[in-house]
Amino acid sequence: MSTIQPTVPRPDLGGEAPRRRRTGIGTDRPNWPLTLILIVCSLAVLVPLLVTINMSLKTTAQAVDGSAFTPPAPFSLEGFAEAWQLTNFPRGLAISAFITAVSVVGEIVISSLAAFAIVRNWDRRLFRWSFFYLLAAMFIPFPVVALPQVKLTGMVGLDNPIGVAILHIVFALAFNTLLFTAFLRSIPISLEESMRVDGASTWQVFVRLIFPLLAPMAATVGIFAFLGSWNDFMMPSLITTNPELQTLPVLQQMFQTQFSNNYNIAFASYLMAMAPAVVVYVLTQKWVISGLTQGAVK
Amino acid sequence: MSVQTSPVPGLEEDRAATSKAPAVRPTRRPVDPIYYLFLFPALAIFTLAITLPAVIGFFYSFTNSVGFGDFEFIGLRNYIALFQDPNILHAYLFTLGFALVTVIVVNAIAFALAVALTSRIRFQTALRTIFVIPMVISGIIIAFVFKFLFANSLPALGQALGLGVLSESILANENLAWIAVVIVTAWSAIPGAMLIYIAGLVTIPAELYEAAAIDGASGRQRLMRITLPMVSGFILINTILGFKGFLNAYDVIVGLTDGGPGTATTSIAMSIFKGFGGGDYGYQMANAAVFFVITVILAGIQLRLTAGKASFGA
Repeated sequence: MSTIQPTVPRPDLGGEAPRRRRTGIGTDRPNWPLTLILIVCSLAVLVPLLVTINMSLKTTAQAVDGSAFTPPAPFSLEGFAEAWQLTNFPRGLAISAFITAVSVVGEIVISSLAAFAIVRNWDRRLFRWSFFYLLAAMFIPFPVVALPQVKLTGMVGLDNPIGVAILHIVFALAFNTLLFTAFLRSIPISLEESMRVDGASTWQVFVRLIFPLLAPMAATVGIFAFLGSWNDFMMPSLITTNPELQTLPVLQQMFQTQFSNNYNIAFASYLMAMAPAVVVYVLTQKWVISGLTQGAVK
Repeated sequence: MSVQTSPVPGLEEDRAATSKAPAVRPTRRPVDPIYYLFLFPALAIFTLAITLPAVIGFFYSFTNSVGFGDFEFIGLRNYIALFQDPNILHAYLFTLGFALVTVIVVNAIAFALAVALTSRIRFQTALRTIFVIPMVISGIIIAFVFKFLFANSLPALGQALGLGVLSESILANENLAWIAVVIVTAWSAIPGAMLIYIAGLVTIPAELYEAAAIDGASGRQRLMRITLPMVSGFILINTILGFKGFLNAYDVIVGLTDGGPGTATTSIAMSIFKGFGGGDYGYQMANAAVFFVITVILAGIQLRLTAGKASFGA
């Protein structure tokens, strides 16, 4: 996404502030009323997160009354210690990280290779039809095939994080292949030909030329893969049979009864499960937003 | 990046390249076998993980299988029973209605936020960063947070204000629980739609607004005559993507109401998953098949409406 230039006039929602930029002077005057409205609106995003932090810092004795907005008195990390042990947070984190990593790498590699093969052999029926075959996945949401899929993964011993990662890869395949093929078609073939004249094999062309050129798209695919995998609840909860191999979102659900009214433990656990993605996002927000936007407009 | 105009770029060049070779006549360029290897993993996992279960599921939808052991073919009886099952009908009605309401709420708010965030405001980056945060948070976890707010904080507020409706948890109210589901789903889905709108808004040439301003157009007129028409394609794509996504509603509902109270907020996906334990495996496969048909119809509408905007395939 191109960065939004502050100097370009943009419409506001019905013109709250009188406009006076025809003279050219005062064009850069920020629209303060609108800014204030947005700050107020941002509370809708921030309040649930602040409540989470607030509740997680209370003692069990204080949290039990269920009031979200009273400050912790005294501050306590008891909730974190309890949640860490109760849900076996390190294990959940490791499983979530594993599934996410496999999905990110798998989605990028498998769909970029397929897209390369399809675009370069578009004149071949097999490759052309494969493209439309893969795109058909966009018509099939997970719930439609979930029941037989759960049986199959159980039969072949994939009722575990590896199976979940594979399914994440498969269900993103259509979208990713579409992104990569659209991008590949815009790359001039002359670069590739000059490499081939120098005796490079198809594999070398892919590794040394095509994949580096695909990097911006790979970043987009990677970000979507990360968010989809890290935050998913439906697939791991249905596919993975061993509760000890569950991801962080599923653990939050499994421990609902144990959390009961120990809200500080519950919220500490939610916070630990949310924090990694939020922290990574805030640190890299410019890059992530541009990646997400690329995927959105493609 | 603009998307190609010809459906087959690269093809002409390929042919041109091969024809330079000292060929006697224009034979087809041989395919480097490694390309098959590149394509194979995608086709293999797709076939094994989607096509195969889809076929198996379709097969079982004509049986009385309970998920294991013997079964017999019962023809279309599952399908007929499906359309007479009040629980299933309610799940479809709820999911379609929920998707419709949510799509409207999400698009209205996302569009307003996108317009505001691309205006000349202060703290633009910081505000945009904040508004995208819900996109990186797991739906079920934020649903648990909201569940607490709906069950404790909102009733407390309602009691303080003396509002009868709000003084009890709306999650426990059959007629109101769906509103909570819409709110939390919208909370999660707005950033994605908003980013699409921002991407659309920044493509509108500034000259259009300048010209309109010179002609004395009001803010409202600029919004109605320039902004909305220029992003109509983005409105369309957001509507379709959103609707398709909301039909699969699951995570947020599990976290908030788990389909309750009663079956008031049971979505189609949740009803299908009952086939795991309920002993009506074949029956729920028929349910899944019907759901599939609805998805295909929507996808067909999507393809038709977005034809010509080739890049919007997703």
